[in-house]
Amino acid sequence: MRMLLMGNGAIARGAVEGGVQVAAGYPGTPSSEVLGTLAALAPDKNIYVEWSVNEKAALEVAAGASYAGARAMVTMKQVGLNVAADPLMTLAYIGVKGGLVLVVADDPGPHSSQNEQDTRKFAAFAKLPVLDPATPAEAKEMARQAFALSEQLALPVILRPVTRVCHVCQDVAVDENAAFAAPAGRFEKSPDWTIFPGLAAKKHVWLNRQQEAARQLFNSSPFNALYGSKDELSPAGVIACGVSFNYVQEALQLSGISLPVLKTGTPYPLPDEPVLALLRRVDRVLVVEELEPVVEEQVIRLAWRHGLPVRISGKHDGFLPREGEFSVDRVQPVLLAWLCADGAAKGAASGPELPRKEGEAGVHRGQPDPAGVEAAAGISASTPEPPPLPVRPPVLCAGCPHRASFYAFKKAAEGKDAVFTGDIGCYTLGNAPPLNTVDTCLCMGASVNIAAGLYRVEPERPHVAFLGDSTFFHTGLPGLINAVYNNARIVLVVLDNRTTAMTGHQPHPGLGRTAMGVQGKELDIARLAAACGVEFVRRADPYDLEAAINVAAEALAFPGPAVVVMRRECVAVTKSTSRCLIDPEKCLNCRLCIEELGCPAIFPGPEHPEIKGQCNGCGLCAQVCPAGALEEAVK
Amino acid sequence: MDKKKKDFILAGVGGQGTILASDILMEVGLALGYDVKKSEVHGMSQRGGAVESHVRWGERVFSPLAEKGRVDYLVGFEMLEAARWPSYLLKGGTAVVNRYRIPPPAVNLGQARYPEEREIDSLLAGRAGRVWWVPATEMAQELGNAAVAGVVLLGALSTLLEGEEALWLDVIERTVPAKFVALNKQAFLAGRRAG
Repeated sequence: MRMLLMGNGAIARGAVEGGVQVAAGYPGTPSSEVLGTLAALAPDKNIYVEWSVNEKAALEVAAGASYAGARAMVTMKQVGLNVAADPLMTLAYIGVKGGLVLVVADDPGPHSSQNEQDTRKFAAFAKLPVLDPATPAEAKEMARQAFALSEQLALPVILRPVTRVCHVCQDVAVDENAAFAAPAGRFEKSPDWTIFPGLAAKKHVWLNRQQEAARQLFNSSPFNALYGSKDELSPAGVIACGVSFNYVQEALQLSGISLPVLKTGTPYPLPDEPVLALLRRVDRVLVVEELEPVVEEQVIRLAWRHGLPVRISGKHDGFLPREGEFSVDRVQPVLLAWLCADGAAKGAASGPELPRKEGEAGVHRGQPDPAGVEAAAGISASTPEPPPLPVRPPVLCAGCPHRASFYAFKKAAEGKDAVFTGDIGCYTLGNAPPLNTVDTCLCMGASVNIAAGLYRVEPERPHVAFLGDSTFFHTGLPGLINAVYNNARIVLVVLDNRTTAMTGHQPHPGLGRTAMGVQGKELDIARLAAACGVEFVRRADPYDLEAAINVAAEALAFPGPAVVVMRRECVAVTKSTSRCLIDPEKCLNCRLCIEELGCPAIFPGPEHPEIKGQCNGCGLCAQVCPAGALEEAVK
Repeated sequence: MDKKKKDFILAGVGGQGTILASDILMEVGLALGYDVKKSEVHGMSQRGGAVESHVRWGERVFSPLAEKGRVDYLVGFEMLEAARWPSYLLKGGTAVVNRYRIPPPAVNLGQARYPEEREIDSLLAGRAGRVWWVPATEMAQELGNAAVAGVVLLGALSTLLEGEEALWLDVIERTVPAKFVALNKQAFLAGRRAG
């Protein structure tokens, strides 16, 4: 049957059809729905699914399952692979038994990430094969086939969808009855599972040989195909990787141009046969891929090694940028400029010079249709950008408990010149005015260590680190232990909103509930902090502003590492029954509620501020109002 | 059947329901026999930031993103958000805009000015053949829930598109959680009558 699926749902369906037995991951946009979908399918399909505390744990759980012969999947976003890099780099040497597939979602743009690192480059670094889907349908097929590929090569395989696959919907063929006869899992003892320098030296040779084996398999992979002009000789051709293929096809169609286009879904190791076949037909080739020139550099090497007189364009000669995501709007003008270019490099940087064929720049097949070029130029000429409009950045929700926590610490630290280090989650939004309580943000779990480092340089200044409950379990805990061990006088504020909010409300160890809905042990953050040796540990309810400010002041005065757990459920998962109302008789229209809190439910009005529908009655504004004009009421 | 491509951009504020509306629009396109693709961004921007979905109907759709100057229908869930997209509209295309303001933080704090309706109208009219203002949030509030404003807009949009009323209602029934089906159908019909 056919179903409308989001890329991430399609990948989960592909994994089920491919016989996945164990799946683990840590949430991160744009990857999160893969594991969420698998968890929903788990009871029917007899799969074990877990949210692990971090990506390293997830990969190691999957590796263990694979050692015992099970097919396993791990999911994460691109920066999650940095956390899982330690096991990954050596797992490549050890190899796998049951198929092991890492889904690592990249975020060119970036839309929801702290960087634009390219997982294809990481795959090449780890010497692991990587699949790069163009569409949800292809992502599903790749996920399905990746397990067998992994077993055939005895290597982990990386599936690398980008945001425009993960969060794109299309109709996808799904086999509801697909059944995989899983072998009975059993871990067979062997010295090959225990890495030692001697084994590493031996396995490195094997791993390098597997690169060629993977390349051979990719030579006949259905994920590489030639489209467009089938002419034996063509002056120009295109190699497009992953989602870029969509933009190239549409740009060519819009411009009325027919060119041979080699679509590749296997950027590393790049198959040599289809690439060489194209290079032998053309004088010039443009490599179109988002982010790093992973395919381009392999094409350049292939052409050089085979002595092919082809001019290779892409990032190295400045036609395409190495940053941001592509679109037809971005690719079409480049394609036309490249086709019209007189063979000369566009940018200052130039690629390796190869001998050129005579008459390369002649006008013949493959040149753009003038009407198409005009049409494209006409569009860009007649579409002026709108004038500057007020920006609308994301904000903490109305009633978000983080707002109250930030405000409490801001008040308690008033006049003390405190530094507020932030972390990854909804609460990074505390950086915005009027709160201005996030002075740094680097990566998961960094807030506590950055604060400790700042303390070494400015011991007299208060250093307050904020991180969320899920982030505390992810990588915050080792940082806290480090602060205690080395006696850093910092305050760690755990913004415990009882969920992993930003990525779609996944559970974590603080809740006890697992991905599959099993209720287990609830880990208490305050008790963990105490067990780590923190001598000042307090819990506070951020909605009780006075009490929260008092606890914050005590923590700031404590002469050693201090932890405050600000506990209150995320407003997106609780149903509120109250809201705040303004008494126009009492309101002084001093605008303090607007200017201190930045709550998106409070708007300036002609006579006095107005509270709109999103208000959930958290009561913070009522506690800030000097005139007592704000009151909670039942909705 | 006419398989001429149709591109839509649905622009609004995170939390306004652009994702549900684009799901319905995509399902309708599929039911009408088009190849469809939809693209949206999840994560941080959903927290009250500017959001947009691209929905594309066509004979064969490659790119999940619509191109500048080629979008047939711009559906604005909020006035300022609609004002960001005229350059994407096809010359002579249609803008269906909710007459509803959500001032962003900078406006509330007095650091920026929210444009007047006539300024937004002339911005859109610079590209659009028709700018259709619909009081969708007001209509949704009359039905008892401002959250269905997006489906009111779809109702209005549907009068410009193929597809029988029954087909749209059937898609709503399949797409919306069971306990909200009746409300969403009412919202759709209210929007459709506004046309």
